[in-house]
Amino acid sequence: MTDFLLELRSEEIPARMQAGARAELEKLFRAQLSAAGLEAGDLTIWSTPRRLALIAKGLPEATAAVSEELKGPRSSAPPQALEGFLRKTGLTQDQLEDRDGVWFAVIDKPGRPTSHVLTDTIAHIVRHMPWPKSMRWGKESASSESARWVRPLSGIVAIFGEELVPCKIAGVEAGFATRGHRFHCPGEITIGSASDYAEKLRACHVIVDHEERQAIIRDGAAKAAADAGLSLVEDEGLVIENAGLTEWPVPLLGRFDEAFLEVPPEVIQLTARVNQKYFVVNGADGKLANGFVCTANIDARDGGAEIVAGNRKVLAARLSDARFFWEQDQKKALAQHAEKLANITFHEKLGTVADKVERVAKLAEWLASEGIVPNCDPALARQAAELAKADLVTEMVGEFPELQGLMGGYYARAEGLPDAVADAIRDHYKPVGQGDDVPTAPVTVAVALADKLDTLFGFFREDMFPTGSKDPFALRRAGISSLRLILQNGLKLSTDAAATQWLGQSDPTARLSEKEIADRKILTTIPDFLTERLAVQLRETGVSADVVQASREWNSRDDTRLDRTETRARDLQAFLATEDGTNLLAGYKRAANILKQAGEVSGNGAATPPTDADAALLAALDTAEPAASAAVAEERFTDAMAALASLRAPIDAFFDGVMVNDPDEAVRAYRLGLLARFTGAVHGVADFSKIEG
Amino acid sequence: MADAAETKPLSFQDMILTLHNYWSARGCAILQPYDMRVGAGTFHPATTLRSLGPVPWNVAYVQPSRRPTDGRYGENPNRLQHYYQYQVILKPSPADLQEQYLGSLAAIGIDPLLHDIRFVEDDWESPTLGAWGLGWEVWCDGMEVTQFTYFQQMGGFDCKPVAGELTYGLERLAMYIQNVDNVYDLRFSDAVGDVAAVSYGDVFLENERQFSKWNFEVADTDTLFAGFKAAEAECQRAIAANVPLAAYDQAIEASHLFNLLQARGVISVQERANYMARVRDLAKGSCKAWIDSQSERWTEKYPGWTL
Repeated sequence: MTDFLLELRSEEIPARMQAGARAELEKLFRAQLSAAGLEAGDLTIWSTPRRLALIAKGLPEATAAVSEELKGPRSSAPPQALEGFLRKTGLTQDQLEDRDGVWFAVIDKPGRPTSHVLTDTIAHIVRHMPWPKSMRWGKESASSESARWVRPLSGIVAIFGEELVPCKIAGVEAGFATRGHRFHCPGEITIGSASDYAEKLRACHVIVDHEERQAIIRDGAAKAAADAGLSLVEDEGLVIENAGLTEWPVPLLGRFDEAFLEVPPEVIQLTARVNQKYFVVNGADGKLANGFVCTANIDARDGGAEIVAGNRKVLAARLSDARFFWEQDQKKALAQHAEKLANITFHEKLGTVADKVERVAKLAEWLASEGIVPNCDPALARQAAELAKADLVTEMVGEFPELQGLMGGYYARAEGLPDAVADAIRDHYKPVGQGDDVPTAPVTVAVALADKLDTLFGFFREDMFPTGSKDPFALRRAGISSLRLILQNGLKLSTDAAATQWLGQSDPTARLSEKEIADRKILTTIPDFLTERLAVQLRETGVSADVVQASREWNSRDDTRLDRTETRARDLQAFLATEDGTNLLAGYKRAANILKQAGEVSGNGAATPPTDADAALLAALDTAEPAASAAVAEERFTDAMAALASLRAPIDAFFDGVMVNDPDEAVRAYRLGLLARFTGAVHGVADFSKIEG
Repeated sequence: MADAAETKPLSFQDMILTLHNYWSARGCAILQPYDMRVGAGTFHPATTLRSLGPVPWNVAYVQPSRRPTDGRYGENPNRLQHYYQYQVILKPSPADLQEQYLGSLAAIGIDPLLHDIRFVEDDWESPTLGAWGLGWEVWCDGMEVTQFTYFQQMGGFDCKPVAGELTYGLERLAMYIQNVDNVYDLRFSDAVGDVAAVSYGDVFLENERQFSKWNFEVADTDTLFAGFKAAEAECQRAIAANVPLAAYDQAIEASHLFNLLQARGVISVQERANYMARVRDLAKGSCKAWIDSQSERWTEKYPGWTL
């Protein structure tokens, strides 16, 4: 058993690609070995900006000898068939075996030296590594056939045991030599085997294990901050990125001018992080402090003083820009910024952002004035909506698009607008993802919901629906976010009413134009789409799809109140889990079956209950039916189901005690009538026919 | 204590002279700036056209670069509408290009064991030239000082072989080396005898004021639009007449006029893409005409070379 070391050295690999490259390297290596009949076993994969390394432990010296058996033509087949088989196998006829009239070739393949397999494997890896972007370079690139790599490939170390695995790819020949740190140890170093690789590199200022570098950065940055009485704002993404940019990471703490702290902390953090890859730190008060941690790639001769001074200067220039934007943006009121939205196209079919803002403002105002969003001042909702998108044309958001909303909130507050308005501007994009908080402040809810509904209504009106994996306008997300806003705030919103309002109140006496008629399709496409999303959401919380189906009708048409559909479905799911629920469902199914088989019922039923069991069911229905329908009208579904539950015993007794298909037509008709009343009462609460089982 | 004269950082012009000497000693022909208004050193035909085809090409030059929208009336310490790029093209890209480049930093006084030099991913793309390449922005203590690119395509054509391009931001580098915070405070030249030193501001501050004003406020947009159309037409005439170098001049002209129109704020977002596509067509057309005019010679001299 022998260890194998492979190092593919190149010019600097982008930090963001290194994790993917490690995974692909492992995959390719395992696949190639396995194709050759070798088990790759225990692999260690490392990366630095300048190298990908792989160590395979305990490979055999050679692949196992294998015996391959090929079935040929029947011995009675024409001679051409046999000739063809001999050509294919490279054997002569006397080497074949005749087994029950069929020729068989048994080919013994001797084991192949693992070293040969590795030579081929390396060439295969270099040719097939799926880099997100790759390039050609150097003299070789004069030919179309030249190799590609993420950046120029500069060296290959391939050692099996202590022997070189010979190979030459892209003009690079494998050898024992690699290079250490670019500045600390620029000369060649010779590697003996897999076992001394990491330590030899370490002696030359290269920590090849990316996880070790990550730990140095994580701990070193925290310590640098702590030593100055500060606490690091942890950021694992930055840890990984900096580890991908360094072979010898040295975290260094620097300070910036305290005056910059007047800029919002999110801006400072983003500037430091995105542009410079610095960590930021908090002071003892838990607020952002005027410090940063950069990660150098050298042990500087002066301990890093020059590096810190240089980085501090760059950060200061960046923060000056940010502060300039911050001050510049505030020279105009948000309302003035908003005027520029008329120059930005939202979508060619849906007008400018200013058009969208006006639609959202109208809808938000309506949500407030109708009391759909309770305790919401319509004027504030309108004001917030009108200003919500204004920050899109500010310098700061132009520079950092991810600060949209947040900056608007800051500017609104600085302008002295009411907190409710500033908060709504800040949070109106929420909830952004599944884990994001759902706003609850009334003005925010009104604007956030109106914004998302406007997007849905607009694209649906133009027939731009999400299909399959294609959802370029993120309409599914808009749908789910709308749902979450509605459900978590318990908004009694009819999507029908909202869509009608959005389409504009047309004169009820006037005839609709063809366009208006076409636009009205959103009255069905929107509830369908949202109910689908609701079903998906509910399924995740254990409410089955059929239960949602059973709960989606209201007054004989699709219920456009999603909150009601949700409550009813949840209550129904809970009810069906009880013994009463299960039995009632069984009784319902039996009744529905009998009714189905009975077909059209002819003739009048008897005037009075034929037996006590009939009378008991009638009495129970007389009590339960009005109770259930009253509860449903008030949307107290649990109560409605409790009322239905009172029918369980009488219906069971009815089925036990009487024969529905009585020979007496009048009795039969009476009983079918009772059952129809029973199923009708159940339907009044939920459509049990949709429930499976 | 080191001798002050010895440690005094290079003046702006000495930095350029040092780079000239450095790259000259490595076989580069030292060219002069192209005599047209361009947005970057890449527009010089010594880069654009010469990066195409199989002929080895090693040159270095300074290129004054104009970015009208970056003008700040001389009031911003970092931003200029006119600045210098130092451009090096090595074709085919040598195996030790990074080492050669780092040597040039050392030559102008940057010690890599005192300063943190880093190669940070930055893929380069010029939509108006139909060009792209992979490489890095080179950081010195967190500041971008050079764009380092391996050209993959130019004018929509594969670079065969690939050229390495180094673009130094001279003002930034000088500010770093001289440790000044305002570009106008840079020492352009040193005092010699009775002749006083000249600062960057002495040379360029008034230019920045006047050109910022002209770019943003004064330039006659009708003239610029007409000029764009004329350059476009002339470029196509030159392509048809098989004089691609002359055609390319007109592509450069159109590109700069487009930049000026943008600074005047008369090109809407929707129109912008359209104008860029028109410039790209001119640049691509010129590159194609250049290839067409040269390919016979290329295949003769470099058998096996194909487009």
